[in-house]
Amino acid sequence: MIRVTLPPHLRKLAQVDGEVMLNVEGSVTQRSVLDALEANYPMLRGTIRDHATQKRRAFVRFFACGEDLSHEPPEAALPDAVASGAEPFMIVGAIAGG
Amino acid sequence: MSGVRVLVGTRKGAFILTSDAKREQWDISGPHFAGWEIYHLKGSPADPNRLYASQTSGWFGQIIQRSDDGGKTWHQPGTPPGEPTTTPKGMPKGESNKFVYDTSAETGKPLTTHQWYDGTPHPWEFKRVWHLEPSLTDPDTVYAGVEDAALFRSTDGGKSWQELSGLRGHGSGPHWQPGAGGMCLHTILLDPSNSKRIFTAISAAGAFRTDDGGKTWQPINRGLHSLYIPNPTAEVGHCVHRIAMHRSRPGVLFMQKHWDVMRSDNAGDSWQEISGNLPTDFGFVIDVHAHEPDTVYVVPIKSDSEHFPADGKLRVYRSRTGGNEWEALTKGLPQKDCYVNVLRDAMAIDSLDKCGVYFGTTGGQVYGSADAGDSWAPIVRDLPAVVSVEVQTLS
Repeated sequence: MIRVTLPPHLRKLAQVDGEVMLNVEGSVTQRSVLDALEANYPMLRGTIRDHATQKRRAFVRFFACGEDLSHEPPEAALPDAVASGAEPFMIVGAIAGG
Repeated sequence: MSGVRVLVGTRKGAFILTSDAKREQWDISGPHFAGWEIYHLKGSPADPNRLYASQTSGWFGQIIQRSDDGGKTWHQPGTPPGEPTTTPKGMPKGESNKFVYDTSAETGKPLTTHQWYDGTPHPWEFKRVWHLEPSLTDPDTVYAGVEDAALFRSTDGGKSWQELSGLRGHGSGPHWQPGAGGMCLHTILLDPSNSKRIFTAISAAGAFRTDDGGKTWQPINRGLHSLYIPNPTAEVGHCVHRIAMHRSRPGVLFMQKHWDVMRSDNAGDSWQEISGNLPTDFGFVIDVHAHEPDTVYVVPIKSDSEHFPADGKLRVYRSRTGGNEWEALTKGLPQKDCYVNVLRDAMAIDSLDKCGVYFGTTGGQVYGSADAGDSWAPIVRDLPAVVSVEVQTLS
């Protein structure tokens, strides 16, 4: 299972507490994880990626294993630790504080 | 037993204020959608339990919320959790937060750019829904005024949205430009006597009217005079802040422009200034008494660079003569050290007798008057900054 953490606003929207667990078939990439997330939580469609272009919204970032993966290609494989469920794929609202 | 339900949108959530017809004791519920900007909530005139809300975030975009029980519970119209997002034939289901500009060749003149602040071309980009206007007769039909300015309509209770592209494509669109708050379509007035007639207003483009249900549109800005555009009497480019009408006389419109309070007696074909003795004619809100079509309310704001009441005195001004002659309404409102703003969608009037008048401030107060403005009291005074106020009169 893939572990995904959502920012508080999106947790509230999806009506979940804590991490989301997803079953992702095939290769584990940004795109496949987000596809699975939106399939299970359709209320999140359009909040992370643009409906039409599927591009990441400007103020959303993706972190995992201490790295910023926001600018990685959507088809690039995510780290093995994410694919194995050892580490979460973190969806984060941009701006570190304030 | 009759009563009222006041729907308040704020920068950090929605609040619902309810009272009986006396409008003295209030129950406050909220925050609903805590932490999100709620630009607007409005109830269906055809079914008061049907409410729509625009929930938005600079981070996560647009959400549409709907209540079918008067605001007790809410849901996003469309696909419930766990259900496929496509039909058995593989077609995407409607998505309640999907606002896509019409670029089809079949529907007229799709546009690619409007003007940016510096006059250069800028592509149309959907940002948020500013205003939701439910149909007067069908709870499942609702209009949405959006930024960048366009008009959308849903006929399935908010599950999916289609642009009425004749407005954006009627010809003047490439000359529209943003106001300070963005290029937003913020006012939608449905004519109760003519289901084909709709008025809209856009900052900073002006006012527009359709007489064929939204297929074709015309600018209705003759008589407006705006010194901040190269040609002060141009067909478009005026920063109209708000338009209001009385149900019994939909051909008479009242307008709060960036500067100037205006009136039209011919459905917008021409406008005359009615600022009269107002201390300043800059402001955002304007509304009409429920039972007196010539009684109009505004909240003068000092200037376009100083968005607060003049002299630190929060005053509603009322004209009983359809404009020009205005009286200050101050009883119960702060008359010193008050520097809040009242935004364009933040005034509403109920239809009880005497009618109630409500407005919200950027300081988080919602003031109410149960006697048509003669006296005021805060219903609640420490909310997040208020963006919008609507009221439903319940029987």
